[in-house]
Amino acid sequence: MSAATDAIHLRETYGGKICETVEFRDEQTVRVDPGALHDVLATCRGDLGYEMLLDVSSVDHLGGEPRFEVVYLLAAVDDSKRLRVKSRVAEDEPVASATDLWAGADWHEREVWDMMGIPFAKHPNLKRILMWEGYPFFPLRKDFPLAGRPSEMPDVAFSGVAPLEGGPFVTCVGGNTVVREPRARGFE
Amino acid sequence: MVQSSTISVQPGFDSKGESNVIVTRVDAAINWMRKNSLWPMPMGLACCAIELMATASARYDISRFGMEVMRFSPRQADVLIVSGTVTYKMALAVKRIWDQMPEPKWCIAMGACASSGGMFRSYSVLQGIDRLIPVDVYISGCPPRPEALLEGLMVLQKKIEGEKSTMAQKKVFFDERAKSRN
Repeated sequence: MSAATDAIHLRETYGGKICETVEFRDEQTVRVDPGALHDVLATCRGDLGYEMLLDVSSVDHLGGEPRFEVVYLLAAVDDSKRLRVKSRVAEDEPVASATDLWAGADWHEREVWDMMGIPFAKHPNLKRILMWEGYPFFPLRKDFPLAGRPSEMPDVAFSGVAPLEGGPFVTCVGGNTVVREPRARGFE
Repeated sequence: MVQSSTISVQPGFDSKGESNVIVTRVDAAINWMRKNSLWPMPMGLACCAIELMATASARYDISRFGMEVMRFSPRQADVLIVSGTVTYKMALAVKRIWDQMPEPKWCIAMGACASSGGMFRSYSVLQGIDRLIPVDVYISGCPPRPEALLEGLMVLQKKIEGEKSTMAQKKVFFDERAKSRN
């Protein structure tokens, strides 16, 4: 079975829980209701032969509703097919962890939690992976300034604000390219 | 049994000429010894560490300057070479290693990142190690070539030559002496 037939299979199995299936340049993307995400991933893992989880990623659609989106990239180990599973989640809404399906989801989901602040339910070890435990911000969110924010944890770590001095590059969400053009700006 | 005839009187200096006597200042002697046996503590945090390793190996041969003894214990090191990007997560660890080094000690900020944060104007990177510990020599480059690091070490040697090491080492003694005189 190819990824295209898998997408049709998922649509037939889960019906309304599948928001849409998109094919773009032979890449199959399935958008899923967050409640059904874990079931869909389990089907992909168990029935459809996606034995490998390549990556877990996330997008911040600041201003959109729901705000965040998690992206699971799946592949068959012989690389005969690949599938992208997306799900839009609201802020602070936990996503069911995929660690029970792919052990490799562990660190990927920790990174998503660390950088974007999307919590994962039933994750065995959901703590920060890049920043230190206790860092109060989620740096990859669009409302977090590139220069950073000051924080202080005695004997662990501190952080400060980097001087941007007119550079480097921060884009804005929305608007035309003139407004979005990368330049130094804050999001206070 | 030693016969008395075998015992000869040793003169205070070599009678053939004063070649075994060197007259110098204590500071100059101490500084000369210090600058020619700088034991580095390598703090390799990014690509600069690769250049540091190249400097230490045969082609560039840091041992020409008596600095080949890389010490991986801060307690045995004289000069901390911060080579690479210091993230905020690593910053206090670098500080701690600096604090563990015994005096006298020096610090070299190797490369753009250690000197100023480099290209990482970012939430996660300390904008120069001099925000945490005093730096003696900054080396530009991204990463600096081994020649640049050697140049930096030679500049540090120059700096050590000019130090008032006796005064610094016996500071308490000299301070108390000055106090009792007053």
